[in-house]
Amino acid sequence: MKRIRWLALKEFYHIIRDVRSLMIVIAMPILMTAMYGYAISLDIDNITLAVIDHDRTSESRSLVERFYASGRFVSPLHDVDLADPTATLRRGDAVGILVIRPGFSEAVAQTDDFTLGLTLDGSDASVANAAQAYVSTIVAEFTQDRLLPPGAEMPGIRISQTMLYNPDLKSAHFFVPGLVAVILLMISALLTSITIAREKESGTMEQLLTTPVRPHEIMIGKLLPYIVIAFLDGLLVVLFALVVFGVPFAGSVGLLIGFGIIYVAASLAIGMLVSSIAKTQQVAMMIALAATLMPSVMLSGFVFAIKNMPPALQAISHIVPAKYFVTIIRGIMLKGSSIEVLIVPALSLIAILVVLMFIATRRFQTRLA
Amino acid sequence: MAFLEIDNLHYRYDETTALDNLSLSVDRGSICALVGPDGAGKTTLIRLLCRLIAPQTGTVSIDGEDLFDVATPLTDRLGYMPQSFSLYTDLSVEENLRFYAGVFGLTGSAYIEKRDYLYTFSRLGPFAKRRAGALSGGMKQKLALSCALLHDPELLILDEPTTGVDPVSRRQFWAILDDLRRAGVTIFVSTPYMDEASRADRITCLFSGQRLATGTADEVAATFIGSILRIDGVADADRLARLDALAGVTAQRFGAGVHLYLPSDMSADEVMPRVVELGIPRSAITERTPSVEDRFIQLMSGAGESEADNV
Repeated sequence: MKRIRWLALKEFYHIIRDVRSLMIVIAMPILMTAMYGYAISLDIDNITLAVIDHDRTSESRSLVERFYASGRFVSPLHDVDLADPTATLRRGDAVGILVIRPGFSEAVAQTDDFTLGLTLDGSDASVANAAQAYVSTIVAEFTQDRLLPPGAEMPGIRISQTMLYNPDLKSAHFFVPGLVAVILLMISALLTSITIAREKESGTMEQLLTTPVRPHEIMIGKLLPYIVIAFLDGLLVVLFALVVFGVPFAGSVGLLIGFGIIYVAASLAIGMLVSSIAKTQQVAMMIALAATLMPSVMLSGFVFAIKNMPPALQAISHIVPAKYFVTIIRGIMLKGSSIEVLIVPALSLIAILVVLMFIATRRFQTRLA
Repeated sequence: MAFLEIDNLHYRYDETTALDNLSLSVDRGSICALVGPDGAGKTTLIRLLCRLIAPQTGTVSIDGEDLFDVATPLTDRLGYMPQSFSLYTDLSVEENLRFYAGVFGLTGSAYIEKRDYLYTFSRLGPFAKRRAGALSGGMKQKLALSCALLHDPELLILDEPTTGVDPVSRRQFWAILDDLRRAGVTIFVSTPYMDEASRADRITCLFSGQRLATGTADEVAATFIGSILRIDGVADADRLARLDALAGVTAQRFGAGVHLYLPSDMSADEVMPRVVELGIPRSAITERTPSVEDRFIQLMSGAGESEADNV
């Protein structure tokens, strides 16, 4: 046991002495959370909408302004070729064209029926759908403000379908906790994947193997300091998710910390296993990336629901640690789940940790060549 | 029975045989130097002795105990210094020492005492806080030796400890080895430098995985067959070729000159005029007593490998 302490201390020195790597370890997860968090977002903003305003009244202009004030659309596109308006869509300059025929302000004043023209580029269905829904909402709001004095009957003009879903639905709340799980897994596996390979490459392993240290002591001694680092990393990423993406935190902080430590330990164990097999740092990093990134993105339920997958993939998903932590972190952050609900995934993580460390220790070569 | 007994050791990498049924014994408290050209099998033998690789056949015993029996607790008795610097370059001198002391179970005042003792002979004390990676070649080697000595090993195994180290540091290093031998430590050291090897109690020459000769420097040198003429001056390929072409003799580049090996039935007086005929001044030619290196070169050229030039 005493030897483990010395090994852990030594490993800790390696970590803090390598300032550049340490900065990467701290900065990369946050950078990745930011990038993925925004990129994977299903919210569609910044839609370019072309406007052909034949009415040219203060009424029509105030409708157009509402579009750009909504934040869903970027500044208007007015220079549409009237002879061939759809060219704008073909070129991809805009996603949709809104046509306001003459007589709009009269119709508004007299609460007559009026139809606005909206042509959408349907090649990206999700963007088109979103644009349509936004337009409908904004027009409906406008109609309501202008045409409905308090207590009035049905408005004369109604140009909209109602949006069925919460117009404010933020996918970030759903994605970011899962993202934390994926990124932590990847970083943790990368962290440890090179530790043993590095000692093999630099020749220090040759010296270490002639001392009385046992393989399990090397494994545990290397694991311990990295648990601290990976855990701090996780804490940073969760804080970042809370502050930047405004992800709610409904459950117990203590529970997330406890399960988080188990999770990073299991993730680090993947790296240890890789490291015990790979001969060079480069190979170790490649294997660690391949072994963590794909399965954890695809098979963790982070993006794709596991219950919709074919049985074979569902079976594989059971050995993906991220799957369990995606359940845990979403449960704690979004639903405020208690320990009873999460004990099964947590125990699964512990099982993975123990099995991986056992295999890594067994696979560890006490001899060169 | 000798302290270290190597018996019929055979080690083969995929295609090449690194050690070919090698047998060797080293007495307790002696220094055994292992010499031989690159690829002779020196590092393979040393790694086998450190149990870092396992032989295909053969046995090694240390103090009567079978080395390759995993139950043998060997690490406490053995100190190893690999060929390449293998301490942690990002740790300081003191941290490296403390780490290795820690894994050998040496802590507290026992460690402090040992550390200070090692500092006195290595003179690394003033550099205790310096990162190992920032040390000079000689200091690195002394640090590596210190780490290998922390647990008072009975057997010290050193793989080319002075390669790439300046001559002054080399001499200091060997002075330390002499002290250790006096303290009863058995030392097994490989080296490419013949002058160093001559300081050992016994020299073993390894070539193509086989032992060519073993003995003290004088013993080995005495087995030289024939006599030697030394020719000082530029030993370019052309001169070497012309000398080698002289009937009955072999020419070998030797330092800044050429050694001409004469068979036993040929006298120096016979050969001298033929050398002078090649345009070499008589004053540049001297008779030379065979050295251990001459004997090894002779043995290795007998084995018929061009690698012999490297020694």
